Amino acid sequence: MNVLAIDTSNHSLGVAIIKNSHVAGELVTTIKKNHSVRLMPAIQQLMASTETTPEELDRIAVAVGPGSFTGVRIGLSTAKTMAWSLDIPVVGISSLEAVAFQGQYFSGQVCPFFDARRGLVYTSLYDGSGNRIKDEANVLMNDWLLELKATETRTLFLSQDLQVHEEQITSIMGDLAVIPEASYHQPRPASMGLAAIRREPTPVHRLVPNYLRMAEAEAKWLERQEKS
Amino acid sequence: MKRDEYILAIETSCDETAAAIVKNETELIANVIASQIESHKRFGGVVPEIASRHHIEQITVVLEEVLQEAQLSVEDIDAVAVTEGPGLVGALLVGVNAAKSLAFSKQKPLVGVHHIAGHIYANRLEQEFEFPLLSLVVSGGHTELILMHEHGSFETIGETRDDAAGEAYDKVARTLGLPYPGGPEIDKLAATGAETIDFPRAWLEAGSYDFSFSGLKSAVLNKLHNAKQKQEELRAEDVAASFQANVVDVLSTKTLEAAREHNVKQVIVAGGVAANSGLRSALEAKFSDEACSLLIPPLSLCTDNAAMIAAAGAVAYRQGHRAEWDLNANPALSLERYAASGLTKEQE
Ligand SMILES: [Zn+2]
Repeated sequence: MNVLAIDTSNHSLGVAIIKNSHVAGELVTTIKKNHSVRLMPAIQQLMASTETTPEELDRIAVAVGPGSFTGVRIGLSTAKTMAWSLDIPVVGISSLEAVAFQGQYFSGQVCPFFDARRGLVYTSLYDGSGNRIKDEANVLMNDWLLELKATETRTLFLSQDLQVHEEQITSIMGDLAVIPEASYHQPRPASMGLAAIRREPTPVHRLVPNYLRMAEAEAKWLERQEKS
Repeated sequence: MKRDEYILAIETSCDETAAAIVKNETELIANVIASQIESHKRFGGVVPEIASRHHIEQITVVLEEVLQEAQLSVEDIDAVAVTEGPGLVGALLVGVNAAKSLAFSKQKPLVGVHHIAGHIYANRLEQEFEFPLLSLVVSGGHTELILMHEHGSFETIGETRDDAAGEAYDKVARTLGLPYPGGPEIDKLAATGAETIDFPRAWLEAGSYDFSFSGLKSAVLNKLHNAKQKQEELRAEDVAASFQANVVDVLSTKTLEAAREHNVKQVIVAGGVAANSGLRSALEAKFSDEACSLLIPPLSLCTDNAAMIAAAGAVAYRQGHRAEWDLNANPALSLERYAASGLTKEQE
């Protein structure tokens, strides 16, 4: 099975090609800008260097968020339209899970997160076997860390926004917090592509972003409705 | 025999997710629009983030529908055209990336299109252009007079110095308590009122084809405010009629002057405000004795759609414009710069 994996949901722009279930190539940059400009040239370059034509693709994997709303949509617009044009299945992978893959062989629990501003994070929790044990949520980091501390379990923290929350993590979690070096925090599109082989595809028209957060105008509108 | 040529276009610059297919530059064979207007009504205007969310949900749906409507497959398409700007950046990005993906997957040429060039070319689906041609572009974001000497060349000879006509319409409508979108509501209300209030017309300096609507907008708001304070009765119908008469008079008079000065053969009206009945009848009256012909597109082609992008894209494609895989959304793309871009080296 040949898979093209795409992730533009956060800092990284990542593209991978899996050929016959082996990782044929991977291209990752982490400069968090111009995802829209650089994504298609990256796909084109990687496909050319791995000698893959669009018709040879059997499946597309894409990170569906949470993350930058615009970033998520750039990836999804690309993945959905490619899958639809080529008439092949598309598999959405959680952006948090894509990060959690980087802690797959850690013996404790794995906590991937993205900064969501104003003290909030998008996060979830995985056990040592890669099973998700907490629903994805948009929560206050402080509350979340107290909850994790109560589990009394060693927790691997994975995030490209680590520096924003590192002090808080170590001060609340103490020795229970494990923080690896920089390269582990970077999601790898190749892991997403391999996971997509085993996953059930979503009908292309129904694949939508997982924002984990309402649009601000919508939240305010609902607030007004509740008041009146 | 020359084979037929099909351009598939995508337009997502504001609150419509649209796809269309045009055959041989001027024949519209499929036109699909997923409108979000109902979703934005409760906010009293288009919310960019919500517009983008709708676009990503609809994009492959409209693509599939447009091919079904045209009874074609992706293989039959000769090139993919897409609105690259101006517009809401997040909204544009969905269409631009979809267009790149479709073109890349099927190895088809990709053509970027300027949204206003699209509005102008909507008219070519109705009648062939004759040059020189003058276009009055009026919409929520634009009020411009554009002179064309040939296909694909655009010279802006007049533009608004502050608000677009459509913006003034929306603001006045909101103050009058009319629902969104305000333009059609004012138009309806104006039809039952009379021009009883003499708001100052912004002619600007002699010979200028520029526009200004912020002064008029403030005058209307002040008038309403003062009347309320003095508990004076002001008929909303008359306010709407007086406001609309002002806008329409300035737009149609400047268009006529420009048409005469540049000896144009055709005058075309483009953009959402071209649907306004007051503007239509004022222009028809002004141009009834002129030698040039006046073209106003049918209502369905005035508002945003992808048919117009396909029509403009087909010409750009024939003229050799090609976008690269790094094509980006450009929310402030200028018409002149667009016309000069995308040509291959030899053509420049
Ligand atoms: Zn428009």
